[in-house]
Amino acid sequence: MSTLTEQFKRSFVIAEKNIKIYYSKGPVIIFGLVFPLFLALAYVIGRNIPLKEVLPGLIGMTTFFTATSVGPSIVPWETRSKTLERLLCCPVALWTVVVGDMLSSFIFGLIISVIPLALTLALGIQPLNFIILLLGLTIANLCFAALSVLLSAYPPTDIPATSMMLSSLVKFPLVFISGVFIPVEQLPQWGTAIASISPLTYFTDLVRQLFLNKGFYPLTLDFLMVTAFTMAFALAAMKLHEKTITKRLS
Amino acid sequence: MEYAIAVQELTKHYEDVTAVDHISFEVEKGEIFGFLGPNGAGKTTTIRILTGLIKPDGGKAFVAGYDVLKNPIEAKQRVGVVPEVSNAYVDLTAWENLALIGKLYGVPPQKLRENATSLLKEFGLYEVKDKLVRAFSKGMKQRLLLCMALVNDPEVLFLDEPTSGLDVESARLLREKITRYNKDGKTVFLSTHNMEEANQLCHRIAIINHGRIAAIDTPENLRAQSMELQYIEVTFNKTVNMQEFSENSSITKAVPAGNKVRIYTADPSTVIEFLVEYAKRNKLRILSLNTMMPSLEDVFLKLIKGKEAVVQ
Repeated sequence: MSTLTEQFKRSFVIAEKNIKIYYSKGPVIIFGLVFPLFLALAYVIGRNIPLKEVLPGLIGMTTFFTATSVGPSIVPWETRSKTLERLLCCPVALWTVVVGDMLSSFIFGLIISVIPLALTLALGIQPLNFIILLLGLTIANLCFAALSVLLSAYPPTDIPATSMMLSSLVKFPLVFISGVFIPVEQLPQWGTAIASISPLTYFTDLVRQLFLNKGFYPLTLDFLMVTAFTMAFALAAMKLHEKTITKRLS
Repeated sequence: MEYAIAVQELTKHYEDVTAVDHISFEVEKGEIFGFLGPNGAGKTTTIRILTGLIKPDGGKAFVAGYDVLKNPIEAKQRVGVVPEVSNAYVDLTAWENLALIGKLYGVPPQKLRENATSLLKEFGLYEVKDKLVRAFSKGMKQRLLLCMALVNDPEVLFLDEPTSGLDVESARLLREKITRYNKDGKTVFLSTHNMEEANQLCHRIAIINHGRIAAIDTPENLRAQSMELQYIEVTFNKTVNMQEFSENSSITKAVPAGNKVRIYTADPSTVIEFLVEYAKRNKLRILSLNTMMPSLEDVFLKLIKGKEAVVQ
């Protein structure tokens, strides 16, 4: 047990290192800040819809893009600079490194996603339950951070741009199928079925329920699904990184 | 006796290539153990297995008494590593790099500050501790890597080509520090291409080739095992016909080496008598005559490529 606690502490040390190094990297700023900002502007400006109606999609989209912006680049970057080898020479398990990477991605997402939320509150738009919204935001950030680290696992490339590009190939379709632009209840049956395989669907639905008091799934199911996706992504990230680590180090 | 490192039948395959092929050896506590071999011989793979980076396909490895397969974290907790390539974080300062590694080893904060300060001072990096490593020279980076390997006060140090590509001064400083830390009781596992370095530093040397251990012994014993590689270098006042040399059964081979003749023999005294006779008979004067012991490089080449490669 003490070993487990010690390894978790070391995950935080790795996250602290990632924050110092990777938050200011160009691709992270572009994919995590600039891109969601412009996407949000394009989403809001010129649409004759009340801001309250747009908010769930806006929060869902910005949270998703910011929380997935750090993770895909860390491992390829560290593979290239051989610092991954340095890190793994220390008494840390591979899962400790993976959790550290998730934490840094999670913290970035959480900090940035507070901005649209604060803007919402500043405009006088109140959610039905602020605590539940914060809890949902936290779990969603963790889920997207786990997904981003999973996306960095395969292929075991040492080129951050390749990993970022491939992760975009997964991220963009997910945004379009997740009820961000069109609420799930307005989708055809096949659209609903496709939307159900995306974690972003449940988070957007959760936010929609908390701001508009209308959603497609029960709130509990939204929470359960986001939590289930988080665990699945985290486990898959650990397993896949374990599988590819020898190739990365050779 | 409990060894600092014990390896039994260690094997590692990469697809259809056997990088490490059933190797076994022990390193005693407090020893500097050299690991020599040509490129692709299996040195780095062995170090990566011993430092818990990759898993072997077979065999066992113990470091500081811990099985690196069953208890990798416990084993890694007791070692310091200087990997083959410079890999400190260039976007962090020297101090931040040391702090990172110290925290990952669970060194208490006060102890970490003391260790980091004394190491940076000892390695001449204290004045630049707040500068980004990006601005460091190769020598400074290598010194920092050694500081990072020592910050947790390890029992065993793994050094993979630590002086490769360094200027003479930095390489000498690193060698001095390796010797000093070994005298303080640390076991050192040193992989190097530099024969002179291995000869100077190592108590024992293992030579690995094609994933197999070709020899393990002290540098002196390794040279003694290759006495057929000793040679006599003789200079005459005139050019000589070496035909007669090759007819002498005590002479393995005679080759010209500039204005000298290099004569390989396992029996130098008989050959010296022969050379004196030869000089008298042919009215020649011997200007110089030296008996040369085989160098570690000769032994290495003999084990890796065969005796002919050395004699040629």
